[in-house]
Amino acid sequence: MMNSIILNAATRLVVALLLLFSVFMLLRGHNLPGGGFIGGLIGATGFVLHSIAMGAQATRDTLRYEPQNIAMIGLGIALAAGVFAVFFGDAFFTGQWWFAGADPADPDDKGIPISSVLVFDIGVYLVVFGSLLTLVLALEEEV
Amino acid sequence: MAKSEAEVARVYGGPAGWISVAIPAAIFVWMLQYMGAVAAGQPVLVGIDWVPSMDIRLSVLIDGLSLTFALLISGIGTLVTLYSTKYLGNHPEYPRFVLFLMLFMVGMLGLVLSDNLIALFVFWEITTISSYLLIGFSSDEAKSRRSALQALLVTGTGGLAFLAGIILLGNVAGSFELSEVLGQGDVIRAHPLYPAILILFLAGAFTKSAQFPFHFWLPNAMAAPTPVSAYLHSATMVKGGVYLMARMNPALGGTDAWFWALVIAGGFTTVFASVLAIRQTDIKQVLAYTTLMALGALTLFIGAGTAAAITGMMAFLVVHSLYKAALFLMIGIVDHETGTRDVDTLRGLGRKMPLTFLGGAIAALSMAGIPPLVGFIGKEFLYKAGLDMDRATLWITGTIFAASALMFVAAGISVLRPFTGKLAQTPQTPHEGPWAMWIGPLLLGSLSLGFGLFPDTLEAWFVAPGTWAVYGDYGYAVDLYLFREVNAAFLLSLATFATGAVLYAIHRPLRGWLGRVFEANPIKFDPGWDRVLDGLKALAGWQTRLLQSGVLQRYIFTVFLTLAVGIGATIWAKDAMDFRIDWVGSVEGLQFKHWAVVVFVTAGAILTAITTSRMTAIAALGVVGIGVALIFIIFSAPDVAITQLLVEVLVVVLVAVAMLKLPQLGLARDRKRRPVHAALAGTIGVLVTMVMIGVVQGNIDRRLTDFFEVASWPEAYGRNIVNVILVDFRAIDTFGEIAVVVIAALAAYALLRGTRYDRNGDKPEDRT
Repeated sequence: MMNSIILNAATRLVVALLLLFSVFMLLRGHNLPGGGFIGGLIGATGFVLHSIAMGAQATRDTLRYEPQNIAMIGLGIALAAGVFAVFFGDAFFTGQWWFAGADPADPDDKGIPISSVLVFDIGVYLVVFGSLLTLVLALEEEV
Repeated sequence: MAKSEAEVARVYGGPAGWISVAIPAAIFVWMLQYMGAVAAGQPVLVGIDWVPSMDIRLSVLIDGLSLTFALLISGIGTLVTLYSTKYLGNHPEYPRFVLFLMLFMVGMLGLVLSDNLIALFVFWEITTISSYLLIGFSSDEAKSRRSALQALLVTGTGGLAFLAGIILLGNVAGSFELSEVLGQGDVIRAHPLYPAILILFLAGAFTKSAQFPFHFWLPNAMAAPTPVSAYLHSATMVKGGVYLMARMNPALGGTDAWFWALVIAGGFTTVFASVLAIRQTDIKQVLAYTTLMALGALTLFIGAGTAAAITGMMAFLVVHSLYKAALFLMIGIVDHETGTRDVDTLRGLGRKMPLTFLGGAIAALSMAGIPPLVGFIGKEFLYKAGLDMDRATLWITGTIFAASALMFVAAGISVLRPFTGKLAQTPQTPHEGPWAMWIGPLLLGSLSLGFGLFPDTLEAWFVAPGTWAVYGDYGYAVDLYLFREVNAAFLLSLATFATGAVLYAIHRPLRGWLGRVFEANPIKFDPGWDRVLDGLKALAGWQTRLLQSGVLQRYIFTVFLTLAVGIGATIWAKDAMDFRIDWVGSVEGLQFKHWAVVVFVTAGAILTAITTSRMTAIAALGVVGIGVALIFIIFSAPDVAITQLLVEVLVVVLVAVAMLKLPQLGLARDRKRRPVHAALAGTIGVLVTMVMIGVVQGNIDRRLTDFFEVASWPEAYGRNIVNVILVDFRAIDTFGEIAVVVIAALAAYALLRGTRYDRNGDKPEDRT
């Protein structure tokens, strides 16, 4: 933890921006550079910055949930996304898609695509995010 | 009745008891419906696809062999669980016991009913594990734990061999479905892999069914509670290996290797075990060794392989399960009511425990092979098959004759002695056990008598359908009978009785003599087992001390040394560096931005190597990483570049945080090692560069790239191929990776938290 007013003030803004950016990266990942892995890394970077500026305990309070629980919930979400396909008679981890508001006549109109693949990517995001913070926060408290 | 019901509720406190009886009983009744079809020679085959992409099906094959086993498992299971309500009902861990027993029963039923070899293997391992849990049920006794571990390691090792055999067999036969594999016997037997498959399968079967030289675990497994011994280690689990051999007979049997392996191992085990049985003074141990004898005999006759031999084997299989389960349950009652199983202490219990005596006596007469009990039929048909053999006739008939005569003696030792004569002093005053306990031996005894008097029923229900399934010929006419004419087999039976009677008369001096002979024998399997285990532990300790120094530098050194040797050896062995390096051409096309990155990375690397400050080293290493990320950006791999950048930033932060705790680099101390480290680092650099050049110059196989470029949008609706591969095409790999990430994070967290000390060097918990 550093007692720096500048860092402190900047952190509040930057953390918010980094989190927003991480979700942006997560969502665009299917068509453009990004995805759950990168998104999770960016999100974690935000909180690492937060913990350096405000201290590990403050970061834990802000997170509300233990980072290791976040990681495990992410793993559970990823697994659920895989199992989901089984209910439709497909093999484990087959992507299931729903094109919300798409025009059925136009094959190129995908509307707003919502899929089990996205859910899986959210799981990946939470795993990377939670695992990294588990490590960083424990290390910072150790020092 | 009212009183006993109240007693049940008080002592057994919960539904575990009656549930455990109801489940096997229901399965028994359910299985009976298949009797008609199976007895008519029509196997039932049903199943669902489980993992279709790997040819794993959850399929069930009900034919004469599997139905016989399923009925024995569920029928004896019902009696044993009923018996356990009284035998172990007031044990504090009784519900746990019931859970293990049910787990075992599911595994065993699955084993005998599976039509898929992979599924069969899974169930096979379930029986191994539940057997471990049940043998070690009295986990506060060192002997129980040792026996349980021994059984687990011996049968588990065999199980691994069996799995390897299954995979080979599946490749040879082109299917894991038993119903398909069994029809391809000629292809399998002619295949060059046949000897390997045979050895691996027999390793599994011999360890499971305790054939010599893997026999030693079974008598030790008698450390389990008696219902477990009666159920697992006599009637069902140990016959798993026998089941496997019988089941695979149409596919693997009929060759010389099969014949001699089974006939020699089985014949030797059967005589060896029956001699050891006579030597014991603990009646449960006597029964344990006679079980070994029966397993040997079954192996012997599967190996013999003629239709008559298979008929004898099927008859003896049913006969043995009926009498041996009854005898184990009987000795459990005696132990429960008198507090001892010692053959020299127990005398004259017959008047105190008449019903137990009755059940035990019928079973013992069946074991001795005395007409009109079914044991006589079992023995007669073994003799008949042995005499009809065209090879190894003397060995097969001789071993089974010796074993049968000794069985006669063992039957006398385990029932005649304890129940007749003058009542002797025992630790507890003997009285008859509760009905739930004596009903088992009595019912099984009546079956032994009933099947003996009506052999046609035994034939039609079990032996004929079983013989068809094992022998693979549904046209063969099986004909069981109690007595038809005075022939060679009948005369052998008479000779067996005479020899047995003489041996029984002198069995006490014989026992002493055998004891001295075995004491003098230098080859002892059980202590030998301990030495093997000790050797294994010593080896593990040695290699741990060698590899796990606990010094991070040495770990990393070892890892990179392995890498260098691996790459170097591969390049040298494959002569893979057979290309020309175009120095001029490779430099010509470089632009300013490329040179900048090269300078950037090189400077970082040099600074990392020469600095004396950890912080500087880490930061300089970060510079190298960012330079690499720049390379990714220049060659348009933005995903990788972003990941690389983020990881690099986080690694620098993480290591920097950790470094705050570490002392300055002890360069003076490390000076001697630095040239070695530098040499290794240089070697790695050269080798990796060579590999990179080799990869770039070689023909890159673009088939996968082409596929993903084409399929990404139409099949997975994504344009970012990297991400589509990660989350869709190869999602299960990603899932495995993120699971590893979570586990690594949790492990690191546990390590950091578990070793947290305060400033005084005390653990937080120690503070007062």
